[in-house]
Amino acid sequence: MSEHIVQRKVYFAIFGALMVFTALTVLAAFQDLDRFFPGANTVLALTIAVIKATLVVLFFMHVRYSSRLIWVIVVAGIFWLGIMFVFTISDYLTRPSGLSP
Amino acid sequence: MAVSHVEGHSAQTALAHHFDNMEQQREAGSIGMWVFLVQEIMFFGALFLAYSIFRAKFPEAFAAASNHLDIKLGAINTVVLIVSSLTMALAVYYAQVGNRRMQVIFLTITLLLGLTFLGIKAIEYREKYVDNLIPGSLIAGHPFNPNLEELRLPANASVHNVEMFYWIYFAMTGLHALHMIIGVGILAYLIFQARKGRYTPEYHSPVEISGLYWHFVDIVWIFLFPLLYLLGRHIGGGH
Repeated sequence: MSEHIVQRKVYFAIFGALMVFTALTVLAAFQDLDRFFPGANTVLALTIAVIKATLVVLFFMHVRYSSRLIWVIVVAGIFWLGIMFVFTISDYLTRPSGLSP
Repeated sequence: MAVSHVEGHSAQTALAHHFDNMEQQREAGSIGMWVFLVQEIMFFGALFLAYSIFRAKFPEAFAAASNHLDIKLGAINTVVLIVSSLTMALAVYYAQVGNRRMQVIFLTITLLLGLTFLGIKAIEYREKYVDNLIPGSLIAGHPFNPNLEELRLPANASVHNVEMFYWIYFAMTGLHALHMIIGVGILAYLIFQARKGRYTPEYHSPVEISGLYWHFVDIVWIFLFPLLYLLGRHIGGGH
């Protein structure tokens, strides 16, 4: 397997998408989305951030064109990050004081 | 090792003796950088976790504190970093196709964008210093002492939790800025080597894996910007 050279137009397209999502996240932040459900603003902001990060990882960082071994390393990193969040927050939520002050 | 004869002179000299071929060497370099980046994910992840818990506990204080950050400078810096990721990706492309001149140009633009980011960050830090928003008593004569009228803190929120937001803000953006400073240093080294023609289509792993690092630092900012600057904008205030 030789090195895959990503064409420049792919980089420009990803760059355009990142710019659109950046504008979107700023515009959305000033709308009161919490009237739909509590925390809707945060959910949307994080969803946009995850999409942007995924585009960077897949294309700018070439993971889309990389070997299975690199895929495993990336997914393992995200999986362990998930463990840290889920275990810690579930611990907080199952205590009498929970996540309230 | 018979293969390296047909791969030509440049490939032969760039191949370290403990690898079978250039492909294996290139792959090993990328894997090494990715393992380091996984460690970085956990390292920044712990800070994001601390942020999440304290923000959930003290939402009003965090929103009020966040609204005091300069959203324009934050957004400009987001754009600066995304453009720098594009120029870094193009620098890698020109290393892959062996265009030395364009490679040096794009590495230099990336470095300048990195310095622009740090300059804007310094302006923001200075504003926080002037407004006495540096947490604790780190700087003599400038203890944490926000203007409470400007903060528009709700009655049920404590100014101590505003201070907590600023601890997290400075810890996260400070460590991010430290990564940027290291990145700028790496870019300076790459430019120096690239000018000498060190990187060829056969051997350019240093450019490739430095690119991985640079893009990772960009990703951290992609999460920091909405979480630190945008979280309370919809509930009024801000400037």
